[in-house]
Amino acid sequence: MKPTLATVWLDGCSGCHMSLLDMDERLIDVLARADLVYSPLVDLKVFPDTVDVTLVEGAVSSEEDLHKIRHVRERTKLLVALGDCAVTSNVPGMRNLFGVAAVMRRAYDDTVAGPGRGTTPSEVIPALLPTSRPVHEVVTVDLFLPGCPPPADAIHTLINELVEGRTPDLSALSRLGR
Amino acid sequence: MSKTITIDPVTRIEGHSKITIHLDEAGHVSDARFHVTQFRGFEKICEGRPFSEMPSLMARTCGICPVSHLIASAKACDALLAVRIPETAETLRRVINLAQILQSHALSFFYLSSADLLLGMDADPATRNLVGVLAAEPEFARRGIRLRQFGQQIIERLAGKRIHPAWVVPGGVSAPLDETTRDWILSSLPEMQRLVEETLADFKRRLEQFREEIRSFANFPSLFLAMVDESGRLDFYDGRLRFVDARGDVVADGIEPTAYAAHIAEAVEPWSYLKSPYYLPKGYPEGIYRVGPLARLNAADGCGTPLADQEWAEFRDLERGSVLSSFHYHYARLIEMLHCVERLGELLEPPECLGRQVRAHAQPNAREGIGVAEAPRGTLIHHYRIDEHGLVTWANLIIATGHNSLAMNRGVLQVARHFVDGRKIQEGALNRVEAVIRAYDPCLSCSTHAVGQMPLTLQLVAADGALVDEVGRAS
Repeated sequence: MKPTLATVWLDGCSGCHMSLLDMDERLIDVLARADLVYSPLVDLKVFPDTVDVTLVEGAVSSEEDLHKIRHVRERTKLLVALGDCAVTSNVPGMRNLFGVAAVMRRAYDDTVAGPGRGTTPSEVIPALLPTSRPVHEVVTVDLFLPGCPPPADAIHTLINELVEGRTPDLSALSRLGR
Repeated sequence: MSKTITIDPVTRIEGHSKITIHLDEAGHVSDARFHVTQFRGFEKICEGRPFSEMPSLMARTCGICPVSHLIASAKACDALLAVRIPETAETLRRVINLAQILQSHALSFFYLSSADLLLGMDADPATRNLVGVLAAEPEFARRGIRLRQFGQQIIERLAGKRIHPAWVVPGGVSAPLDETTRDWILSSLPEMQRLVEETLADFKRRLEQFREEIRSFANFPSLFLAMVDESGRLDFYDGRLRFVDARGDVVADGIEPTAYAAHIAEAVEPWSYLKSPYYLPKGYPEGIYRVGPLARLNAADGCGTPLADQEWAEFRDLERGSVLSSFHYHYARLIEMLHCVERLGELLEPPECLGRQVRAHAQPNAREGIGVAEAPRGTLIHHYRIDEHGLVTWANLIIATGHNSLAMNRGVLQVARHFVDGRKIQEGALNRVEAVIRAYDPCLSCSTHAVGQMPLTLQLVAADGALVDEVGRAS
């Protein structure tokens, strides 16, 4: 049976997922060697009971992110923090300097001229956590691949090695901020 | 007692969202809403940063269209410097922006939406994705990979990196174009033109199969907003703003981008992190308008390149006034891809593109700057204020996807009313509700700055809004 692969996207810009697609035609080979069982790129909405490898893009910024990553961790054999937001909280973490209330005020009050000015959206949508955190502060992470985003070559090597059952040395493949 | 169907998460789009469909007691759709569930706060987090950092920081709003943010941000910074950038720099910014639009449109059409179009809206959700398209129509899928790759390679060759490059800077770009790269791009264009033309022909052949979707995918009268050049043609980099209405008549024209706030205001709804811009003279929510490929082809008097102009004329013949069905965003996207390929050739043929002077140097000379460009998804506005040291004190961003907020909401309601029967819920019907959103190619991480146990839940909600019961959908 082919190993199963999932990708999850928390609070990020999708740049890491785009870098995954930047494998271009090599993606065809990767998708032939591993089953992509859950991802923003596919339609299945339920995270499977067991997944061999899950790549996580983004920081943990909302209650939904927190719930999701705990759920994913319980069902994943090997969890990879993919990219600087997952590794350090990076850009989402910049809001920690100001606090949620001030950041909301700028978005929904200071820059709004129309109806609903000053409304803080709170219905149906998940509440923001007081601070945005890197993934490893919330659940155990097995591997870290930094980069903003990590280069496609690094992601390609990472997945290939994991699919073969080897644990790659990622230190030479990418670095923070690259 | 009303019921709510929740689609969570919406898949094969860029960003985090869910859709709720509200049913009345007879099981008919009474309302539907598109909830954007991510909030990032770029308008605040840039506060205190040096203005010169803004393009690189703002690129991080989006991994799909970082270049669009680089461009709008750098234009706002040019205004802070109060400089006119060298002509070669403008040409090169246009080139990288076209590459960006090409790759982003390829992503939207081939990677995210083509499974619905090729395999069908009712296909098995397990294979209704790029992998399924690769298996069913490998040549079609490879075209998409190739076109996206080409756009990304241009960005990489010009700017050193495919995603979040730093090459577009206040005052111009940081390095000139070399001859080898220019020649490589030019020599690749015939292949790209062929790939887009084949795809357009394929798409037009299949249009007949989507009559129902064309009729119900956010097909309603609204205004359309786009930037056009001095001749009224498509311009992604610079120009003036134009609003047209459903009949195709110009409502407001020649709007200086710096005057955007006199025409556009934003509203806030409590159930989404995405704000809802509207055309100010018509008020809220009557001032609903759309942006992006469909809006651009409706607003412009033509594309300005020969092949795209032919396609544009055929496209505009679909309807007497503006083309109103949001299903045709896909069609418009393909025409724009053809235009991008043609424009790249026009910009890179003259030797001036190899000019060495590509950056104007200055200190900040103005306290306020506004930069506007057409991103893949539509008009993108960056507006900054700085202090005397050049540190950012305030920023407002109106992102392409945001402009479409009201239209996306009205779209999910229309398509849900048409396809969803609350007494017998079918997966394919719900996929169409998602597909109407995919047509807009929304970029939600951009626009806003639960792992469901079941793909769907039915919620029983009391009149006071309290949740009475919740059940998973039997699949």
